[in-house]
Amino acid sequence: METIVQNIQGVPLNHYILFCSVIFTIGVIGVLIRRNVIIIMMSVELMLNSVNLLLAAFSAYSGDSAGQVFVFFVMALAAAEVAVGLAIIVMVYRNTRSVDINALNRLRW
Amino acid sequence: MSVFYFVAFLSIFFALMTIFTKNPVHSVLYLVITFFTFTVHYILLNAQFLAVVNFIVYMGAIMVLFLFVLMLLNLNKDTEPLKSNLVKFMSVIAGMCLLVTLAGSFRVLESSEPIVLKNPDIGLVSNLGKVLFSDFLLPFEISSILLLTAMVGAVLLAKNDPKKI
Repeated sequence: METIVQNIQGVPLNHYILFCSVIFTIGVIGVLIRRNVIIIMMSVELMLNSVNLLLAAFSAYSGDSAGQVFVFFVMALAAAEVAVGLAIIVMVYRNTRSVDINALNRLRW
Repeated sequence: MSVFYFVAFLSIFFALMTIFTKNPVHSVLYLVITFFTFTVHYILLNAQFLAVVNFIVYMGAIMVLFLFVLMLLNLNKDTEPLKSNLVKFMSVIAGMCLLVTLAGSFRVLESSEPIVLKNPDIGLVSNLGKVLFSDFLLPFEISSILLLTAMVGAVLLAKNDPKKI
């Protein structure tokens, strides 16, 4: 364990923030460029994960364990979100025979 | 120290592969690898409980759920709907604008202090459990109600109703 602790010493917090912003941006781009609903939900998972990692990094930085507990709650929330979201996708697929997000435009105007 | 940069590069690479691969099944598999690199990040931060939970919940449960639905709906490369190239280009530009805005706002911080684990034991299971069951007991119980609600809702939504409304 000592080597692991030695390994992380010296990475600036700014690099963690920048790395998590890059992953978050990749998630946003994924939501924007894909039309498959399942891939869009995966991109949302990517965004949630980047925020989780940043919370854990801040928690380790300030020596407070509340951040890691909060990450645990976010993971529980993500599991619930995925279960409900995939159930909705299955229901939509049963009705429209596709997972195209453009087929779901009845509430547009 | 250089381990972090290597794993961060792998995370970004596989995240990009996730959103740019045409085949949805490959996309899910790349997302699994991305989550594995996040597990490595948690181990590097000495957050062992979060590493194990991330491994089990994300890579085990959530990704299997995604893959299961993807194969249940029989999606593959041929049925994949694609946006036009113009929309893709504009989306990437918009995302890059978001990244530039975020990075520009972080320049104000300029507190580039390295992470020093002042208290390396906070991520261990026993310490997190003590905090979770003393300070955060009420949110913990409420999250169990949330999971129960999600389970009931998922069953209700996905159930094939014989008498259609």
